[in-house]
Amino acid sequence: MRAHLSEILVLLLAASGQATFAQESHIGGLTGEAMRGKQLYRRYCVGCHGPLGDGRGENAQWIDPKPRNFVTGTFKCRSTPSGALPTDEDLYKSVTRGFVDSNMPSWLPLTAQQRADLIAYVKTFSSRFSEEKAPSPLQVPSESEANQQSIQRGNELFQKMNCWSCHGKEGRGDGPSAQTLVDSRGYAIPPYDFAAGTRFKCGESNQDLYRILMTGLDGTPMPSFANGLTPDQAWDVVHYIRTLQINSKRKWAKKENVQADGSESKRAGEQLGGRAGPL
Amino acid sequence: MRAKIKYLYLGAVATFVLLTSYSAGSRTVTTIGESPAAADLRVTRPDSPEGAVLSGIVKVAGPQPAATRIDMAADPACLKMHPAPTMSEDVVVGTNGALKNVIVYISDGFGNRSFDPPTEPIVLEQKGCTYSPRILGMRARQELKVINDDPTTHNIHPVPQNNREWNMSQPPGSSPIDETFAREEIIPVKCNVHPWMKGYIAVFKHPYFAVTGKDGKFVLKGLPAGNYTITAWHERLGTSTQKIAITANETKEVSFVFEAH
Repeated sequence: MRAHLSEILVLLLAASGQATFAQESHIGGLTGEAMRGKQLYRRYCVGCHGPLGDGRGENAQWIDPKPRNFVTGTFKCRSTPSGALPTDEDLYKSVTRGFVDSNMPSWLPLTAQQRADLIAYVKTFSSRFSEEKAPSPLQVPSESEANQQSIQRGNELFQKMNCWSCHGKEGRGDGPSAQTLVDSRGYAIPPYDFAAGTRFKCGESNQDLYRILMTGLDGTPMPSFANGLTPDQAWDVVHYIRTLQINSKRKWAKKENVQADGSESKRAGEQLGGRAGPL
Repeated sequence: MRAKIKYLYLGAVATFVLLTSYSAGSRTVTTIGESPAAADLRVTRPDSPEGAVLSGIVKVAGPQPAATRIDMAADPACLKMHPAPTMSEDVVVGTNGALKNVIVYISDGFGNRSFDPPTEPIVLEQKGCTYSPRILGMRARQELKVINDDPTTHNIHPVPQNNREWNMSQPPGSSPIDETFAREEIIPVKCNVHPWMKGYIAVFKHPYFAVTGKDGKFVLKGLPAGNYTITAWHERLGTSTQKIAITANETKEVSFVFEAH
C-alpha cells in the first residue's frame, strides 16, 4: 500500500515538474527553475510583492516606492528597448543589486542559483513571458573620450532634449515638471537629483548610464532616448551628467559591478561616480 | 487490488488537477485576435454601401465646468506657439450642449467575429504642445505613427493597463515613432515633459467607432444586422451605454446625454 502511495507521489512530482519545464531562467551558465524559486519567493519576497506577484503584499501599504507589480511585465532596469520585456540577466542584476532609496534590498546573500530560481518564478506572474520573447539587449558601443568638448555638447543636448524639464537646469531634480510626475500606477515619483549623489537605480557605470538613457525606465516618466540620440550624443550626455554629481561618493561604485555569475567585478578603474574626464 | 486501482485513479485525478491549476496559475491574458473561422463570418465593412447606419448626437446637460487656462510657461518653445491664452480641452461643448471628443463604439455584439486591421497607419501628431487628435480611435494591431511637429522635445508615454507600456523621447525633426497595440483598451497618453499634454488612444478590435466633433454627432456605417451594446465614453464624464437591435440596412438614430458634474 505504502509503495503505491509513493508511486503516486512520484507521478505527481513528475507531472508538475513537466508543467514548469517552460518556466526557466537562463543567466550565464545558470538555469533557474520556477519550482525552486517559488519556495524562495514565499519566504523572501511575498511580504511585499504578494502571493500573486501583483505588488500587493501585506507590507505594500506601508512602503514607498511601492513594490513592483510583476503581472504587467513592466520593468525599470532593462537592456532592451522601451516597452519590451527585460532579459533574464536584467532581472537577475536587479535582484542582485537591489534598489537604492526603496525597500528592495540587494539579494547578494542568496546564492547565484537561488537568484536565478527566483527570476524563473517571477517570470511566471506575467503571461507576457510565455507570449513574447525579450529582444536582444542593446549594444553599448565603446565610450567616446570624456573631454571638455564632449561635456559641452552633452550640456547642449541636456537642454535640447528637455532633460531639464524634470531634472532641473542644474540636475537637482527640480525642473518645472518635477512636481507633476507620477509612475504608471499613479504614485508620485521624483526625478533623479544628480547633485544629491545617491546611487543610480539601474547601475553605476558609464555603460549603465548609457543604457538607461537609451532604453528608458519603463513604468516611470523617464523615456528612452534611442529615437533622438546617436550613440556619440548619448555618450556626450553621460559625460555631462557626471559633472552634475557634485556630491557623488566614488566608493559606492566598486561594489556595483555585479557580474552575471554573481561575483563582483575587479574593474576599479572605470569612471564610476565623480567627475568625468579632465575637468 | 481494488484499493490499488482506487489510488491510481485518485493519482490520475490529482495529476490532472495539478496540471490544469498550474496552467491557470500562469494567468493567460486573452489576446484579441483573428479566429480561425474568420472567413465565413466576415461582415460588411464600414466603408461599404451596404449594412445598417447608426448615427446620433451626444450632449451634456446641466452647468458645464469652465475651461481652465493652461500655463505653458514651463517651456518657452510651447508658449511661443500660442500668442492667445490656451484653454484646457477636457470638456468641449458646442451649441445646445453638443459634446465634443466623445468616443462612441460598439462594446458588445460581435461575438467571436474578427476583423483584419487596416494596412494603412493612423497618425498622432504633437502640435503646438498638444495632441492632435486629442482622442484617437484606432484598431488593435494597426500601425500607429507618432509625429512631432513642434520645435521642442516631447516624450510620448501611453499608460495602458492591458498593453505594453512604452515611453519614447522624440526631439524636433526626428523620425516618426511606429508602434502597435495588441488589445482593446482606452489608453491615456502623456508627455511627462509637458504635464498639460493629455490624450487618449482608444484601441478596438472592430472598425465600428467614431469620435464626436464639436456638433456632438457621430455615424457608424456598414453595420451588420444584430443586437449590440453601444457605449459612449468621455474622458471626464465617464461612460454611458445603450442596447440596440438593428436590422439589415436599417438607419437608426440614438442619442446620449451626459450629466455634467
